[in-house]
Amino acid sequence: MTSFRFDTGGLIDRSSVIDFSFDGKKMQGHSGDTLASALLANGQLLMGRSFKYHRPRSVITAGAAEPNALMEIGEGGRLEPNTRATMQELYDGLVAKSQNRWPTLERDFGAINSIASSFFVAGFYYKTFMWPKRFWEAIYEPIIRRAAGLGHLSHENDPDRYEKAYAHCDVLVVGSGPAGLMAAMAAARSGASVIMADEHATCGGSLLREREEIASQPGHEWAAETLAQLAGMDNVTIMARTTVIGAYDQCVFGALERVQKHTALPDHDVPVEKLWRIMAKACVMATGAEERPIVFGGNDRPGVMTASAMRAYANQFGVAAGRTACVFTSSDSGYRTALDMRSCGVHVEAIIDARANAPDIETHGVPVLTGAVVTNVDGGKHGMKGIEIDRGRGHENIPCQSLAMSGGWSPVVHLACQRGARPSWDEDLHCFMPPQSDPAIIASGSANAIWSLTGCLTDGARRGEQAARQAGCRTMKTPVPKARDEASHGSEAVWWVKQSTGKPFVDYQNDVTARDLPLAAREGYDHIELAKRYTTSGMATDQGKLGNVNAIGILADATGKGIEEIGTTTFRPFYTPVSFGALGGQHVGEHFRPVRMSPLHNWAADLGAEFVETGLWYRSSWFPEKGDDWLAAMTREVLNTRANVGICDVSTLGKIEIKGSDATEFINRLYSNAFAMLPVGKARYGLMLREDGFVGDDGTTSRLSENHYFMTTTTGHAAESMRDIEFAHQALWPELDVQYASVSDQWAQMAIAGPRARDVLAKIVDIDISNEAFGFLAARQIKVLGSIPAMLFRISFSGELAYELAVPAGHGEAVANAIMHAGEPFGIGPYGLEALSAMRIEKGFVTHNEINGRVTAGDVGLGKMLSKKKDYIGRMMSEREGLVDADREQLVGVRPLNPDLRFRAGCHLVNPGDVASLETDQGYVSSVAFSPMLESWVGLAMLKRGRERHGDKIVLWDGLREVQIEAEVCDPVFYDPAQEKAHG
Amino acid sequence: MAYLINCPHCGQRTTDEFYIKGDASKQRPGTIGDDTMNQWHDYVHIRDNVRGRTAEHWHHTGGCRQWLVVERDTVSHEVYAVAPASSRTPGKTSATPARKSAARKTPARNTTSRKTARGEKK
Ligand SMILES: [Zn+2]
Repeated sequence: MTSFRFDTGGLIDRSSVIDFSFDGKKMQGHSGDTLASALLANGQLLMGRSFKYHRPRSVITAGAAEPNALMEIGEGGRLEPNTRATMQELYDGLVAKSQNRWPTLERDFGAINSIASSFFVAGFYYKTFMWPKRFWEAIYEPIIRRAAGLGHLSHENDPDRYEKAYAHCDVLVVGSGPAGLMAAMAAARSGASVIMADEHATCGGSLLREREEIASQPGHEWAAETLAQLAGMDNVTIMARTTVIGAYDQCVFGALERVQKHTALPDHDVPVEKLWRIMAKACVMATGAEERPIVFGGNDRPGVMTASAMRAYANQFGVAAGRTACVFTSSDSGYRTALDMRSCGVHVEAIIDARANAPDIETHGVPVLTGAVVTNVDGGKHGMKGIEIDRGRGHENIPCQSLAMSGGWSPVVHLACQRGARPSWDEDLHCFMPPQSDPAIIASGSANAIWSLTGCLTDGARRGEQAARQAGCRTMKTPVPKARDEASHGSEAVWWVKQSTGKPFVDYQNDVTARDLPLAAREGYDHIELAKRYTTSGMATDQGKLGNVNAIGILADATGKGIEEIGTTTFRPFYTPVSFGALGGQHVGEHFRPVRMSPLHNWAADLGAEFVETGLWYRSSWFPEKGDDWLAAMTREVLNTRANVGICDVSTLGKIEIKGSDATEFINRLYSNAFAMLPVGKARYGLMLREDGFVGDDGTTSRLSENHYFMTTTTGHAAESMRDIEFAHQALWPELDVQYASVSDQWAQMAIAGPRARDVLAKIVDIDISNEAFGFLAARQIKVLGSIPAMLFRISFSGELAYELAVPAGHGEAVANAIMHAGEPFGIGPYGLEALSAMRIEKGFVTHNEINGRVTAGDVGLGKMLSKKKDYIGRMMSEREGLVDADREQLVGVRPLNPDLRFRAGCHLVNPGDVASLETDQGYVSSVAFSPMLESWVGLAMLKRGRERHGDKIVLWDGLREVQIEAEVCDPVFYDPAQEKAHG
Repeated sequence: MAYLINCPHCGQRTTDEFYIKGDASKQRPGTIGDDTMNQWHDYVHIRDNVRGRTAEHWHHTGGCRQWLVVERDTVSHEVYAVAPASSRTPGKTSATPARKSAARKTPARNTTSRKTARGEKK
């Protein structure tokens, strides 16, 4: 291995020692290192294998665009694959593993793919795995699944915490290089509240990586001073380790802060990552520029990297990939690298400049070969031996251990393009320029194709002022410090060295070579978006940050179109990958969604209830005794309720109080049946339609006083009904004087049902509840247990003599216990949702199983509840032809001829002798229960012309379970059809 | 879609607090007349797939629980106007004093029902 650390120089602390491991090998680095720089310092040039050909790879960049050096970091539940070693800060105890290799990085079997590479051309997946079809599941998919994907996921739970957070500011500055620092300073001096975010651990951007001077001091020192000044200002927030990942409508930005990704054992009281939403008024996009690789043979060999990356490793981290270097360039950045490396003691063999005319730059004896190109690299997993060049007189070889390449610069325009605007190609600057369609997103510095340091400082200051103005601040002119500029920044585009003898890679991460793109064009995939999918160029975790512009150039060349005409692929958030942990935030495990518990939850739990999730609610489902199952428990609860008395928690019902001088009129327009004449002290069952004429919801509404109503809705529809009521008033009839409030959570509500219900309740209420004084459907505000305010309704969902009692939620448990106590002599027992359902099915009462959005009032036998005398929600549409068709499915009961045969809701109904099909389908079963009273499984069903078919035979057909059961159609009311019990 | 909505009652809020019902350009027809069924069919079922400026009913479920009319652009995502639905019943553009007072009496905030609404969204 050829890479090594210099004895002096760089912004690392050589006195500190950080222990880490790579593929099990113990290594050491220094504070200030990234994982990539520390690996280079340990002579570990080989960092991974490529995706398709498994070629040995090392770093190409020193930043966010890194396509090669992707690693698994951490262990157990903390393991995170595809981490860019260039962005990972080194920490004590860091465990890193290389990816995409088997069995080891050094000896990798997949490398054999490289030999069969003609097989892996563009469109490989499309061409190879299409046929024969039967091979797909058995052979192709397992192979692809094993080969695809970089790195592994841990199957353990992530032990760390993640958080979502919000921030507001006038000006968001993205990036903290020379332009970003000046922009933040200028905006802050204008009084704007400023957030400056930078994806690296230390702010300063290129100033940390270049040897430039500002105000007669090294750039990194000036940056540190400026940062200290900014940090001292009350209106400035500096967010390091924070990547702005997306730009959204109205100047809202997403940002990912890696709070504790640089420590082995994170503090559990602090999240490891925070996903920010930043609401800004303007944004200075000082995101810098990405140096383009040149596409030539062997441009992926370990030791080859961009010129700016080689400088960054030397200047910031004091490491180099080799003791000798060459530079292949079509821009002046290459010269800067040659000079910096030379002054670090690396021997620079030659600058190979693809341009015919070299710029006027003093190279201190480094030979410059103009009009020359690199055609191949001699090297492999242990490093480079040399390069092969061509300057028009055949191939020549130059020995060297590393190669810097520079094909010019591409401004990082993502944030300006993520809302759909496209960048435009600049023929003179050879780069895509950020669009200026959004006045609130202001590109600055090299993100705006300004290449000189003085230019970036000045532009940063002016753009910072502009952003502050955009945010409504009065701006002050900020002085710009003097800088000593390095070489000029001219460049020419070299898309592809066609005389390459080795593999010329365009997209490193997907192993796309320059030859794949013309092939895609020849095969008809010449649109940039198609070429991307066909060749996979620009896919995967780096989304073509390095390769896309070269790919566009090559495609333009191959099709004879202009670069502007080819255009770019779509820029979408996120700029760099975001962990699922951060996206999930706090919503994991039991916090995945809220849990709603009834005020009677503990009461039921104390009685041993089993709970069932219905929506967010946990409802008591049955109360097992001596280990009996749900069926035995439900049966016992039903029999006891019908014989003696039972109590059931119905607190989950939606409850709405409605008041106002127009409350009666309002309610009359909500329900399809008449409510105008409901007397005070009475409850009524009501049906609500939707405007399209189908049934929406049902429930009871009680008139507590002249202008005061208490409405209940079904549990599942409570939220929608409330919203519909608000809509009806606010959007349709705002002239009505009415107020309403959801009070679902304010009341604990329980049903007390059974022949002894009155005897039990009489012991705790303060009024006469005899049948004469408090008859069927009576409703009144009363007191229970002496002083607790309550509402008592004589309504029955079980068919028994029954009451529903509502008390303030906080009293629920005490009152329920008091009822249990009062009911003891009468044999009271609790019943759950299962018993409640069985009893309502025995009585043929409908719920949302039946009113599923596709049924009319007529379908469920409630046609008489459609008033002809008033307008109400859904009135007109309920009269449409299709909704009153006699052939519609109608509610019936079904009983299997063999009462022991269980069937399920969802069964289809077919006539005996028919083969089940869409044509012979007669309807479906909507609800099923075991009826303890009939000692039979029974169901409610929707059957074509069902009401005239009572007594007919029908087949219950369950295609999923391959069950066919003979049954008889009957009236949906199985029990007490005369309705005597509830009225008694 | 726009990310921030300026609720006339609550100020600037994120769109996740809102429920969107849809087209607010149509007026609820009456029950009398020759063509009422066609009008109703149009009101309930017929929708333009607008490219450009639209008016929609939005409900501030996670805030004041007021129905609003949001005028926005489906292409540029610009929000042109947000007004209470009660002040902008189509066809009855000017809000009468009576209507205004009715709107004001409506409870402006109700935390419990907010919980209900959000909880049961799915
Ligand atoms: Zn609001």
